[in-house]
Amino acid sequence: MADSPDVAKLNWMTTRIDAALGWARKFSIFQYPFVTACCGMEYMATATSHYDMDRFGAGFPRFSPRQADVLFVVGTISHKLAPVLKRVYDQMTEPKWVVAFGVCTCTGGFYDNYATVMGIDTIIPVDVYIPGCPPRPENVLDGLMKLQEKIAQGEKAPAAVLFSARPQEVGLPHRPEAHL
Amino acid sequence: MTLRLTETIQQRFSQQVLLTHHSLGQETVVIDRAGLLLIAEFLRDDPHMRFDFLMDLTAVDYLKFGRTLSSAPTLKTPSPLPYFMKPKPSANPWQRGVSNDEFRFEVVYHFYSSEHNHRLRLKVPLNVADLSLASLTQLWASANWFEREVWDLFGITFNGHPNLRRILMYESFEGHPLRKDYPVRKRQPIIGPLN
Ligand code: SF4
Repeated sequence: MADSPDVAKLNWMTTRIDAALGWARKFSIFQYPFVTACCGMEYMATATSHYDMDRFGAGFPRFSPRQADVLFVVGTISHKLAPVLKRVYDQMTEPKWVVAFGVCTCTGGFYDNYATVMGIDTIIPVDVYIPGCPPRPENVLDGLMKLQEKIAQGEKAPAAVLFSARPQEVGLPHRPEAHL
Repeated sequence: MTLRLTETIQQRFSQQVLLTHHSLGQETVVIDRAGLLLIAEFLRDDPHMRFDFLMDLTAVDYLKFGRTLSSAPTLKTPSPLPYFMKPKPSANPWQRGVSNDEFRFEVVYHFYSSEHNHRLRLKVPLNVADLSLASLTQLWASANWFEREVWDLFGITFNGHPNLRRILMYESFEGHPLRKDYPVRKRQPIIGPLN
């Protein structure tokens, strides 16, 4: 006890640099809201004063992907829009995280048609999925805190495990004449 | 005694009008494709018509009309259909005026006149052998995007349209997804699942 210095008096402390970085990053989330559909309303409800995302350090949306480090994909993504989303993702600088907001972005949701992307993880890696149609603000904040944990631990969505079993055409037979 | 809109049109264009009906104040005229431009011009310019607003323009695919309750077969849909899924005969069967097999598609126009505050629905059945009809872009500018949409989703050509390109789907998309024989589960992603 006599050998170890009194930390409080020393005015310095030792830590791991990545832990410090993770701690700093998790409270300075600069988000890029990629809002395309109805979930946007719920995003706004969460971001503004009543639920106040700023409490988690995520209060400052950036509308340039180059300045953002978390991509919030909020709303249905169609195949026509998919290249835009991919491009926005590619324009973001590392380190970057992606949040899939709402079931549309998680799995395609109730859309099962010619136009909708069946989950954005078929295009870009996703870190946190927030299900719900639309998710309640509490649910979103829960997702945000999960993201913070991930950021603090320096984790990333593994790009290699992406899109394992999402076939281009779901393997059900098409029988247009079956019921004529 | 003023005539109904449908009656006026029927009297004036007895050659082109196939069928008219009205219900609850909604008036519908089914016309032959050849008379479209003629009648449309009349609807816009005649002082008793003055339809200055083309509100909507869409199409219907009658491939499975009246044959099943649901046109989207799933793995669970039995074939042949059990009695409870068979379409019920309606008390007041609704007539198209043409056969569903031969005239599979129908283009539907909704007009509104802000001067007289009346509305009219115009239907043009199209023969499967030749899915094209005259464009109304010269008469109503709003027809432009509507016709592109109908071309995009149903594959119906509008002759004389200045810019008949896809509007909702992307250029490389193949087929017309709102046709009833477009495979329900077919996907055409631009960036595939693995890149
Ligand atoms: S998940 Fe529901 S609320 Fe959100 S974009 Fe999709 S349909 Fe809209």
